[in-house]
Amino acid sequence: MNALLSPTTLAELAEAVRSAPRILAVGARTKPRLSAAAPDVTLVSTLGLSGITEYQPDEFTFTALAGTPLSEIAATLAARGQYLPFDPLLLTAGATLGGTLGAGLSGSGRFRFGGQRDFILGVRFVDGTGRLLRLGGKVVKNAAGFDLPKFFVGSLGRFGVFGELTFKVFPRPASTLTLRLPVADASAATALLNAAAGARWEIDALDLLPAADAVAVRLAGPESALPILAAEILTRFPGEILSASAADALWSDLRELRWTHAGGSLLKLALTPAQLPELVARVRALSGRIHVTAGGNAALVSLPAPAASLGLPALTLRGPGPLWLDAPAPPAIHAAVKTALDPHNRFPSLAA
Amino acid sequence: MSSLASPPLHPSVADPARCLRRLAALLPASRVLSGPAQLAAYESDGLTAFRTAPLAVVVPETQAEVIALVRLCHEEKLPFVARGSGTSLSGGSTPVAGGLVITLNRLNRILRVDPAQRLAVVEPGVINTAVTAAAAPHGLHYAPDPSSQSICTIGGNVAFNSGGAHCLKYGMTSNHVLGLKAVLATGEVVEFGSASREQLGPDWCGLFSGNEGLFGIALEITVQLLPRAEVFHTVLAGYRTLEQAGDAVSAIIASGLLPGAIEIMDALALEAASAAVHAEYPPGCEAVLIVELEGPREVVAAQRPQLDALIAASAPVEARPARDAAERAAIWKGRKSAFSAVGRLSPDFIVQDGVVPRRRLGEALRRIAEMSRAAGIRCANVFHAGDGNLHPLILYNGTEPGALDRAEVLAGNILKMCVEMGGSITGEHGVGLEKRDYLASMFNADELDCLHRIRAAFDPLGIANPGKMFPDGTAPALAQHGLHPLEKAGLISRE
Ligand SMILES: Cc1cc2nc3c(=O)[nH]c(=O)nc-3n(C[C@H](O)[C@H](O)[C@H](O)COP(=O)(O)OP(=O)(O)OC[C@H]3O[C@@H](n4cnc5c(N)ncnc54)[C@H](O)[C@@H]3O)c2cc1C
Ligand SMILES: Cc1cc2nc3c(=O)[nH]c(=O)nc-3n(C[C@H](O)[C@H](O)[C@H](O)COP(=O)(O)OP(=O)(O)OC[C@H]3O[C@@H](n4cnc5c(N)ncnc54)[C@H](O)[C@@H]3O)c2cc1C
Repeated sequence: MNALLSPTTLAELAEAVRSAPRILAVGARTKPRLSAAAPDVTLVSTLGLSGITEYQPDEFTFTALAGTPLSEIAATLAARGQYLPFDPLLLTAGATLGGTLGAGLSGSGRFRFGGQRDFILGVRFVDGTGRLLRLGGKVVKNAAGFDLPKFFVGSLGRFGVFGELTFKVFPRPASTLTLRLPVADASAATALLNAAAGARWEIDALDLLPAADAVAVRLAGPESALPILAAEILTRFPGEILSASAADALWSDLRELRWTHAGGSLLKLALTPAQLPELVARVRALSGRIHVTAGGNAALVSLPAPAASLGLPALTLRGPGPLWLDAPAPPAIHAAVKTALDPHNRFPSLAA
Repeated sequence: MSSLASPPLHPSVADPARCLRRLAALLPASRVLSGPAQLAAYESDGLTAFRTAPLAVVVPETQAEVIALVRLCHEEKLPFVARGSGTSLSGGSTPVAGGLVITLNRLNRILRVDPAQRLAVVEPGVINTAVTAAAAPHGLHYAPDPSSQSICTIGGNVAFNSGGAHCLKYGMTSNHVLGLKAVLATGEVVEFGSASREQLGPDWCGLFSGNEGLFGIALEITVQLLPRAEVFHTVLAGYRTLEQAGDAVSAIIASGLLPGAIEIMDALALEAASAAVHAEYPPGCEAVLIVELEGPREVVAAQRPQLDALIAASAPVEARPARDAAERAAIWKGRKSAFSAVGRLSPDFIVQDGVVPRRRLGEALRRIAEMSRAAGIRCANVFHAGDGNLHPLILYNGTEPGALDRAEVLAGNILKMCVEMGGSITGEHGVGLEKRDYLASMFNADELDCLHRIRAAFDPLGIANPGKMFPDGTAPALAQHGLHPLEKAGLISRE
């Protein structure tokens, strides 16, 4: 069992980091593989650091402590007609804001306006020497200093422990409408994803669904416009418009990862649409399931067995197996930046 | 502020004669410029008040040549400054005395346009608008659009994380960079990101973007392209007061609309723009607001009445929707020419770039007006109202003793105001040479130390664009009359 510290203020967070030679920050531990630490590592939970500290709807920004549950943020934004357009995952599972940034996971909505990297504005974090630092800013536009807040997306707790984060938000579209478009095979899926992404429709989300037999298209915007756009899409790609409840179920099942194997492993991949057919073939050969999102640029793969090579770089999010698969060796600059932020390797790599 | 610990300085300790010999061995003589007349054109950038002569300017034509040059600099401890088109407004591409300028204009190939996956791979010397021109036949465009887009390079845009009129909705340059290949100041060649819009592990492209030339030189950049919006609804509205224009922006933001652009120009900027592009703006207005909706025609058709009603309710002197593409282009031409048009009003001017929380725009403009009145200096304002990014244009006459000095003081006071209001000293033009002493007004000693460490990780010798972003005493001389405030403070000196 790892020792566990639960600071409740940012000063205590810095104190906690200083108190032990090996530290791993954890949020709700919804991605257990990403918080698997060697026994000598002290876990610092951010769950006691919770709450929205500043929300300015007219600035399109909010600031919250790292342990704030995403569900709380989503509800607060929704009350003012706003949202985080990158659709963070595992809302109901309790995922925290800090853990989401550390894991670098964005959901289906990242297609239209981008992922976390496109919405993070500023971070207060504790570096490996135990200093509480603030980089980035609280305004939607800021070019002063190096962009460490962006760098932290997907940093897996290895470069600093986040205490407080500032994000940009957008007004929530007035309505949404979802289409389900069956595809014969993965090559047809690639062709559909590319054609739809390049068309005039300004699609909100564009995913290949886990059975890999249909593409889901979500439109978002004024209620009067969407049925017209949907009708035009259906003249090009046969399919159906889903009822509101069917659409809600579809997107929430994806967001909460309900399509994944109960045991087994879960991997994240970055890809291009052209790589999709081969990836789908490999996943099928391993009896796995795949959810392709962001118009064919990101995939989550669920395998009934431990994580195994899929021919592309992958990060294991859940289940046994190495953390990284087929990942190229990091360049020398990786170690140099790690040393700059964490000279004593206080934030060790996750247990193999 | 300036007493904060700086890293050890690395003034050029290189042997100039040996460096020139080695450069001559690397490149043909026609591409190593070292005569005074040849160097003159490179002595400053868009911040013309600063000038320095480098040791030499080199003109590589291939990535391999750039890599060899950077490795030479590393071996010889020779400072270098990458240069695109030299349009930096913060002195970012001003040479370092005794150092090398590596111009990238001949690395201007568009290596690949992939219409299906909507991306382009370009060399750093490609001009911003050339990317959109290459994408246009496929119905695509490259979103970041600094006003200098017809001359500035993608390499410069990446180094400065440049913005433009569409940042609220589309973000800055870094939001559009998917991958890049670069030679770091150590000579290490790295590839960050990929052709995918998603990434695994920390965001190296995000960290590299906005490095202001302090990490190394970008050699190849993969950018995402977006489908060109099908239709636009562009409205130009004139207001009696800046405050009314600001209120209109607040109403639009509160309505739930997400316009592609929300821009404001004040009376002086309007005067300049109308003279330059023969635009006629509504008479008697202290401010003009430009708002643009964009998207599929059905979406814009649905949102248009909502926007028009909001504007009507904001009591403009006159509101003019663009009736066709030509009218829209004219509106944008006036806006984008505003910086250079101000040159008609004044022999010299400083373009400032600060950010305030958007809801405090009205207050910020009032205070700028007061400060400029008190200083007896005219100041035109052009700004990205949607994201609180101000561009005060401070007019002065460089031949008048002390005028630049007074202008710089006003510019500094505007920046301090931005920080006090919870904003930033730069939204998109970078810190560069000009604002390096204000960096410490945004970050404390520990934070500056953290930034220094990151810089040293990429550039342990401090040879990549030294003297920029961080206050450290190696500034070039001022070309203008009068002492620069930083000289007075003993922070910089003339060589
Ligand atoms: C493939 C996949 C599988 C998932 N499986 C599950 C699941 O089975 N159950 C579930 O509930 N959720 C799961 N999630 C949801 C995921 O955990 C959320 O998207 C979010 O990242 C989790 O937040 P958390 O607070 O749980 O983070 P954690 O899982 O606690 O941490 C994620 C990573 O971020 C780092 N980190 C956390 N907090 C900080 C901080 N303050 N500063 C610096 N680094 C920090 C951690 O060290 C770790 O490397 C999964 C997500 C994905 C993508
Ligand atoms: C009239 C005018 C209007 C402007 N409008 C805007 C605007 O709306 N928005 C905005 O953001 N900016 C604007 N600018 C500022 C300027 O155009 C941008 O900063 C632009 O990105 C600079 O590009 P450049 O090619 O001229 O770069 P340069 O000025 O040559 O260089 C800028 C910086 O980038 C570094 N650099 C250049 N190439 C590389 C490379 N390949 N690798 C690494 N570092 C490199 C240089 O060392 C320097 O630090 C404007 C400037 C002018 C003159």
